[in-house]
Amino acid sequence: MVTAATTTSDPRESLVRLERVGVDFARQRVLRDIDLAIPRGQTLAIIGESGCGKTVLLKTIIGLLRPSRGMVYFDGKNLAQLREKEMTRQRTRFGFLFQQAALFDSMTIAQNVAFPLRQHTAKRPEEIRRIVLARLAEVGLPENVALKKPAELSGGMRKRVGLARALALEPEIILYDEPTTGLDPIMGDVINELIVGTRQQHPVTSIVVTHDMRTARKVADRVVMLYPIARLEPGEPQILYDGPPERIEHALDRRVSQFVRGEAGERLMEMRQHNGGE
Amino acid sequence: MPQIANSIPNSDHPAASSVVAVIVDWIADLGGVVVDWVIGLGNISTFALRTVGWLTTRLPRKETILPNFYQIGVLSLPVVALTGTFIGMVLVVQSYVQFRNLHLEAKLGAVINMSLVRELGPVLAATMLAGRVGSSMAAELGTMRVTEQIDALVSMGANPIHYLVVPRFLGCLLLIPALTVMADFMGVAGAFFYAVYLLGIDAHHYLENSQHFVGNFDLFAGLFKSLFFGAAIAVIGCYRGFNCDPGAEGVGRAATTAFVYSFVMILLLDLLLGIALDGIYFTLWPEAPKLF
Repeated sequence: MVTAATTTSDPRESLVRLERVGVDFARQRVLRDIDLAIPRGQTLAIIGESGCGKTVLLKTIIGLLRPSRGMVYFDGKNLAQLREKEMTRQRTRFGFLFQQAALFDSMTIAQNVAFPLRQHTAKRPEEIRRIVLARLAEVGLPENVALKKPAELSGGMRKRVGLARALALEPEIILYDEPTTGLDPIMGDVINELIVGTRQQHPVTSIVVTHDMRTARKVADRVVMLYPIARLEPGEPQILYDGPPERIEHALDRRVSQFVRGEAGERLMEMRQHNGGE
Repeated sequence: MPQIANSIPNSDHPAASSVVAVIVDWIADLGGVVVDWVIGLGNISTFALRTVGWLTTRLPRKETILPNFYQIGVLSLPVVALTGTFIGMVLVVQSYVQFRNLHLEAKLGAVINMSLVRELGPVLAATMLAGRVGSSMAAELGTMRVTEQIDALVSMGANPIHYLVVPRFLGCLLLIPALTVMADFMGVAGAFFYAVYLLGIDAHHYLENSQHFVGNFDLFAGLFKSLFFGAAIAVIGCYRGFNCDPGAEGVGRAATTAFVYSFVMILLLDLLLGIALDGIYFTLWPEAPKLF
């Protein structure tokens, strides 16, 4: 009934490993028993409809949220057992592109991209400036953007600045939270190309959270589909699909194929019943 | 124990059982409020301790401190000076008739200046700053919370308390007493101007009485209190911002509650510190001069 292919990689080679991770907010369960291993160099896309816990999973991996149950390992280290100083050191190995880019409003673009370099390196200002301009060029932004404030840029440009900032410290792993959401198809594809290009230029592991199947197909080696706990049967796994993107079309679970094809199907009937019942 | 057994309402009786259910619900709700309040108090205390912890271990860079000092200190100067001036003048207007009826106009300076430096200057300056600075901190940090900027800071290995709270805390701790000095000075000057030049009170006696009754300890007491007011404004404003609910409504609520909680805390601290400082004063100087 459920297509839940297990990962074939050796867990010892995994850069990130989640063991029976569960996350609750007050009385609401968001994630349940998530087992996931992400090998070095792999690009994993996590797909699923809104509210299924994709962003929560991403924030749990970087330690912004603590799991209510289970363990998250990064490079063999259990994040829950790390002291604050060590956790900070580990975070410098991550890059994170937030959904709305999360640029600091009070700083210029150059200051935003330079922020992690100023925090964690003793580089001279000229060298920081050189790296900032190189990172901006890498994401296709001209030099004159450097002195602007985030509010002066379009959504696509802000995302590209967010990516430049995420790349500043040359991280080993980059987390992308819905990188193409809110962008037109052309700009969405530009971001997809940047994700692919980043992987070609830097030896990074990537986790891309998205509900855009075009992004998942274009950038990922492997796709995982999460499903909202509220609509699962008791004991059913929350990961409905775990496998290569090219096989997802043929997933046996109809909920996966409906999501891939973008068909409302039973969800529409559920919503109508719910509205009629009120 | 037959009496106790009889006093328990019979659950077979629907009216009695519904009354019991209402009372149980009410007690449960009250318990929930108390538990939430205790958790909130614990969280804000931890937040304050972590801020003080960073203050004693590593100060932020001057690039983060100076803009906050400018926001808190320089931009608040006009409003604090204006508030101080008007408070001084209003005090003269309100007290003059009563003192004239008792033929004690010359003592007006002592009463007004004492009230200004010990009480009204620090409290009203702090209240103005709770509105101007505390609410603005809550709104700014709340916006950063809802737009994931605080998460971005953490994800880049920066500590948000060290980076965002410590500079604001330091600014309030150092500059709110400085602004209180300004409020005191403008209040004293405003009162002198109104009393002497508009009401014709003798300047020599006005100043002599002020000098005789208002001492260094009174000035110290006001400034000592303002240190605590500053700390309370910064901690409450930043805490409300950090724990802001999502959306524009959440940010608005954070700004409003930051002001309300800061105001209540200023009044509470004023009372407690006033009692403590009076105790210290009369212990150190039992023969201190009294107004009447």
